[in-house]
Amino acid sequence: MKIGDLTELALRNLREALLRNSLTTLGVCVGVASLVAMLSLGVGLQQFASKRLENSGLFNAVFVYSQSDMQEFRGPRRTGSAATPPLESRPLDESARRDLSRLPNVTEVYPQVRFMTEVRFADNPYPTSVAGVPDSARSDGAFDGMQGRFFSGPNANEAILQSDFAKELSNSPSSLIGKDLVLRYAERQSFSSTNGSSADVGFSVVPHEKQLRIIGIVDTEPEGGFGGFGRSRVFIPLALAEHLSATDVSDLRELVNGNGANRAYSSLTVRLKSATDVQNAENAIKNMGFATFSLLDTTKNLRLFFTVIDLLLGIFGSLALAVATLGIVNTLVMAILERRREIGVFKALGADDRDVRQLFFAEAGVMGLIGGIGGVFLGWLIGRALTLGTNIYLARQSFPPVKISAVPLWLAVGAIAFAVGVSLIAGLYPATRAARLNPVEALRYE
Amino acid sequence: MVRGEENGTAIRAEGVSRHYQMGGSVIRAVDDVSLSIATGEFVALLGSSGSGKSTLLNLIAGLDRPTGGSVFVQNRNLSVLDTHELAQYRSATVGMVFQSFNLLPRMTLEENVELPLRLAEFPRNERKARVDEALKHVHLERRLNHRPNELSGGEQQRAAIARALVNRPSILLADEPTGNLDSSTGEEVMHLLKSFNESLGVTVVMITHERSLANRFAQRILTLADGKLIAETMPDDPRTPAGVLR
Ligand SMILES: Nc1ncnc2c1ncn2[C@@H]1O[C@H](COP(=O)(O)OP(=O)(O)O)[C@@H](O)[C@H]1O
Ligand SMILES: [Mg+2]
Repeated sequence: MKIGDLTELALRNLREALLRNSLTTLGVCVGVASLVAMLSLGVGLQQFASKRLENSGLFNAVFVYSQSDMQEFRGPRRTGSAATPPLESRPLDESARRDLSRLPNVTEVYPQVRFMTEVRFADNPYPTSVAGVPDSARSDGAFDGMQGRFFSGPNANEAILQSDFAKELSNSPSSLIGKDLVLRYAERQSFSSTNGSSADVGFSVVPHEKQLRIIGIVDTEPEGGFGGFGRSRVFIPLALAEHLSATDVSDLRELVNGNGANRAYSSLTVRLKSATDVQNAENAIKNMGFATFSLLDTTKNLRLFFTVIDLLLGIFGSLALAVATLGIVNTLVMAILERRREIGVFKALGADDRDVRQLFFAEAGVMGLIGGIGGVFLGWLIGRALTLGTNIYLARQSFPPVKISAVPLWLAVGAIAFAVGVSLIAGLYPATRAARLNPVEALRYE
Repeated sequence: MVRGEENGTAIRAEGVSRHYQMGGSVIRAVDDVSLSIATGEFVALLGSSGSGKSTLLNLIAGLDRPTGGSVFVQNRNLSVLDTHELAQYRSATVGMVFQSFNLLPRMTLEENVELPLRLAEFPRNERKARVDEALKHVHLERRLNHRPNELSGGEQQRAAIARALVNRPSILLADEPTGNLDSSTGEEVMHLLKSFNESLGVTVVMITHERSLANRFAQRILTLADGKLIAETMPDDPRTPAGVLR
């Protein structure tokens, strides 16, 4: 028989014993759902964990320092291998920043701009630390779950507050959004060192004020405060922060170095397209004559861990499906008993053993397919319910919502294919038995 | 016999036996039967219950295999065919009609009649015409969408005949086709079979235990008793055994 005829006949047979076949299919559905729910949980947790790590901004970044700075900590620089001759110590200045940004897979190069200053809000002064936030933070999810919005542009006169600081400013922090605060900062003005006063070598400091609009409130600081400057409480666009050019730690050091006219960075963060680019970029930057620091690709270990978790969850989920396939075997064996006569008629009308076998296979396959599709949907629902329940719990503890289950396409398609495959295996015995049925005996008894 | 000589032999059995082992004893359902049926002939198989008529018919139909001897249909030895080839033979050459109609209750008449075409992988777009034609032959063209249980016994048997003939077989095997029908309905069905035999030239082998029916419709009567062919007579031949019949 042709596949079209087989499918038609299978569907019509399934429709005839509707209740029983629905129950069997429901069994497959529940089996697949348990599998999908388990795996979606595994996948969701994995995505959640990796996203958290990526958002930390620690894994796709290389932190760059000048060699001379590092020597102060490490003592004399060790000579490199023959292929990489000892490099001159190079200042971490504007030209270095340009060169770094031209390296392959680099998305952004920016300095740590952080300074202590005073913020005025509602006529009250608040001494606080201000940090510049690079534009890349917009897309890498570091500000996920913030109230309000991200900076409208790299130079916008806008500020995002750390939530604890926002609570300090107002009893209802969310009402702060849209209001203005005043940032007092000290602007550095360079001049040629001709007046001979040693305290004023390089630049003078001029006090200024800047009015900024509060546009958002964020719980945690991006990059987790990495960089050694402590936690900042007010975030402003990086370019704005650089422009404000406040006196920061590096300036003090430049002052000591007596090199004030040519401003250098204490460190630069080189952000890469992905964590896998870190190794190459780090090597290249070292070859340029800088010291680097990065965290290795710990996500690799994480993935291994989650593969094991997925495997275990998959095995548990499959148990339910295994039970469901017993239902298929049972239903089809019952069907053989009931349809003895029909099978005999089929054969009398010219059906081959193969036709009968394929018909039973088709019925098993259709139950697997329908059960599989329903199961994926049901499993997705269960995952959603789990996420919802978790988030209600988290909300009570005033945590931001999380997404702990996900049904990616591969899981949906894989689960359906698995359900069909397992159902076909379950149909193997009944189909073979039906095909072997002796038509004379099947037709004899009325 | 006249037509047989003209058109050749449709069915030939040579010492065909079908024995069943039951515990220690052997049941000889069909025992060393030799016969020859001509193309286009209408033959009645007569015999009492348990005499082996159905078993013999199933051997001819290729639903069963003999334990001895051979059945030749259109000079093809069925014994050498494998299961798949036998199925093809049943599909292409044989149409079967049963006492209990054996229509599939869950299918409409149209679907029942279409079934042999599906099994023969007959082109989908030509099936409808074939089914309509077959149902028209048995005067059921208006009952296309009815299910078997919505039909009378006679109508069901006519539908079964349409199903048996839809694939245009050269041989029609009928196992007591009037057995479940009252005499006038049975009469109708017999006329139908006879007309297909005459108009389409289909060879008909029909089992019956009613000698009168055999006499009126068959061209030749083969009588079985205890698995053996005991008489080969022309209609209305007084030598046709009667005593063993129900
Ligand atoms: N599978 C079987 N096993 C044992 N005996 C059988 C089997 N099939 C048929 N028989 C026996 O063979 C004999 C002939 O049966 P059957 O051909 O059905 O007779 P009829 O159709 O003439 O009434 C009967 O005695 C029956 O009991
Ligand atoms: Mg019988």
